[in-house]
Amino acid sequence: MSTATHTPKAKVPPAAAGAHNHPVVRAAVALGRVLLALIFGLPLVFMIVSSFKPDNQIFADLASINAFLPLGDLTLENYLGVFDRVPFARFMLNSIIVSVLTVGLGLLVNSMAAFALSRIQFRGQKIILTVILATLIVPFETMALPLLWWSNQLPWIDANGLSQGWLDTYQIQIVPFIANAFSIYLFYQYFDSIPRELDEAARVDGANWFRIYRSVVMPLAGPAVATVAILTFLPAWNSYLWPLMVVQSEELRPAMVGIDYFKQLNVSWGQIMAYATIITAPVLALFISFQRAFISSIASSGVKG
Amino acid sequence: MPPAVTPDLAPAGNPRSRTTLGHQPVTVAWLMLVPAIVLMVTFLIIPIILTFGLAFTNARLISPEPARFIGLDNFTRLFSSPTFWRSLQNTVVFALVIVPVQSAIALGLALLINAKVRGVNFFRTVYFLPVVTSMVVVSMLWMFMYQPNGLINVLLAKIGIDGPDWLGDPRTALFAIIVLSIWQAVGMHMVIWLSGLQTIPGELYEAAALDGAGPWRQFLHVTWPGLRQTATFILITITIAAFSLFTQVNIMTQGGPLDATSTVVFQAVRTGFQQQQTGYASAISLVFFAIVLVVSLIQRYFTRDKEARR
Repeated sequence: MSTATHTPKAKVPPAAAGAHNHPVVRAAVALGRVLLALIFGLPLVFMIVSSFKPDNQIFADLASINAFLPLGDLTLENYLGVFDRVPFARFMLNSIIVSVLTVGLGLLVNSMAAFALSRIQFRGQKIILTVILATLIVPFETMALPLLWWSNQLPWIDANGLSQGWLDTYQIQIVPFIANAFSIYLFYQYFDSIPRELDEAARVDGANWFRIYRSVVMPLAGPAVATVAILTFLPAWNSYLWPLMVVQSEELRPAMVGIDYFKQLNVSWGQIMAYATIITAPVLALFISFQRAFISSIASSGVKG
Repeated sequence: MPPAVTPDLAPAGNPRSRTTLGHQPVTVAWLMLVPAIVLMVTFLIIPIILTFGLAFTNARLISPEPARFIGLDNFTRLFSSPTFWRSLQNTVVFALVIVPVQSAIALGLALLINAKVRGVNFFRTVYFLPVVTSMVVVSMLWMFMYQPNGLINVLLAKIGIDGPDWLGDPRTALFAIIVLSIWQAVGMHMVIWLSGLQTIPGELYEAAALDGAGPWRQFLHVTWPGLRQTATFILITITIAAFSLFTQVNIMTQGGPLDATSTVVFQAVRTGFQQQQTGYASAISLVFFAIVLVVSLIQRYFTRDKEARR
C-alpha cells in the first residue's frame, strides 16, 4: 500500500518545469492565485466582520470595501442577541458530546476491527472485508429515511427499564455513526504497512492479540488515528440532515440545527452571521492548528486502491 | 470483481500458525470484530434491506397499525408525480453541471498551486477554508449574499448589471445553488488532484521537456495520463455527492420557487419525515439507490479498463 515510498518523488515540481519561467506567465499565475484567494476567503471574512456590525451598517457597508473591513460601529450586540434567542451553550455542548463520542468510540471500534482483519487469520475474513468495502458506495442519504423508521423500532434499556424507539435521544445521534467502513479501510491499510516482525516478537514474549493491538500496533498508528479522527469529526460536527429528523427536544439539539431558529421571525442578519461564526470557530481553530494533518487526511481519502 | 484491496491472507515468508498461542486467535479475531459488525449490520445493512422492503408497503413513521404490503402503489404514485420528475430533473441537471465544472476547476486550482514557491501553502489553505466550513453555515452566508439587495447584487450594480432575485427566481435559483456548492467543495477535490499530481515522477517531465514538449503537451501526455486513477475517483465522488444534494436546498429555498430547486433527497425527507410516509420515501430512496448503483457500475467499468491496460 505504500506507493509513496516506491515511486521516486518529484524533486522538481512537475508543472513548474520550464513552464512558468516567462515573466508574463509568472505574473498571470501569481495574479490568478491572489484573485482566487479573494473568491474563497472574502465571503468568510464578510461573515466574521458582519457579525460585529448592526444590521443597518452591514447593508450600508455593502457598497464599499468596508463590507470586508472591521470598521465603524463595532459591537457585540449580535452575539448577546444569539445567547438571548437560543440556548446556545446547550447546543454547543450537545454538538461536543455527539462529536467527541462519535470520534472516540469510532477510533476504538474501527481500529479493533481493522486489526483483526489485518493480523489474525480466520475463516470468512475475505468476505467480511469485501462486504465492508462494498458498503462504501452507499451514500448515507439513500438509507436515511428507512433508518429513521428503523430507529423508531429499536429497543433501549436504561434506568427506567426497557423502552422502544431511539428517536429524540443522544444515542441516535451517535451510535449509527460509530462503525465506519472507510475508517476500517484506512486503519486496515495502515496496519498492513506496520512490519509483522514486531508482533511476532511480542508474541514470542507471550503477548496476546489484545496486547499486541494495544501496545505494539496502536502506538505506531498515530497518523492513521489522526486521519480517521479528522475525517469522522468533520461530518459529526457539521451534520444537519440526521439531527434535523431525529431530534425534537431543544435540550438534545446540536448547534448546526439551531441555525433554523434564526430564519423564523425578525430575521437579523447580524445575529445569523454571529451564530454562523461561533459554530464555525471550533472547526476553523482546529483546522488552522492542524492544517497539514487536515489536508493530508482529505487527500488520503482519494488515494484509494 | 474483488475490490481494490485484497486481504493479505497469506503473507509470504510469514510462518505463523494458528496454534502457537495459548489463546485461540479465531475467537480473539471475532471478539474484536463483533462491535463493528453488529453496528454495521444494525445501522447500514438492515436499513439498506429495509429500503427494498418498505418501498412496497404503506409504512408510516409513527403508526399504531403495522405496515401493509401494497405492491407497486408507491412507485405508481411516484412516477405520476410531476414534483418527483421535476426533482429528479433538477438533481440530474445539478450533477451534470457540477461534475465536470467542479472537477475541472479543482484540477485548475491544483495545477496553480503545485509548485514549490514561497506562499503556496497559504493559498492552498485559503482555497481549502470553505471545505471545513459546514454546508449549513455556507448556505446561510450565501443566502445573505444572494439577497436582492445583498452583496452580490451590490457588486454587480457597480459594473452596471441589474442582478436578479437569485433564490426567488425559478430561472436562477438552481444556478445560484450550483455556484455556492462548487465554492464550498472544490477545495477538497483540489487537494485530491494535488496528491495525484505529486505521484507523477519528475523525470517524466524532464524527459518530455528534452523532447521539446511545451507545457500543454506535457500536460496532455504526462500529467493527464498519470491522473487517470485520480480522475475516476474524483468523478465518482462528486457524482454521488451531487445526487445527495439536500442541505443547501433545505436551508435556502425549501425546494422552491415552483419546485425549481427541489431534489430527490429533499423529496424523500419531505415525504418520509415531514409527512411521515416511510413507504413512499423508501420508494424514492430506492430510485436514488438504483441511480447510485448504475453510476458505480460505470466506475467499475472504467477501473477494469485501466487494469486491463497495464
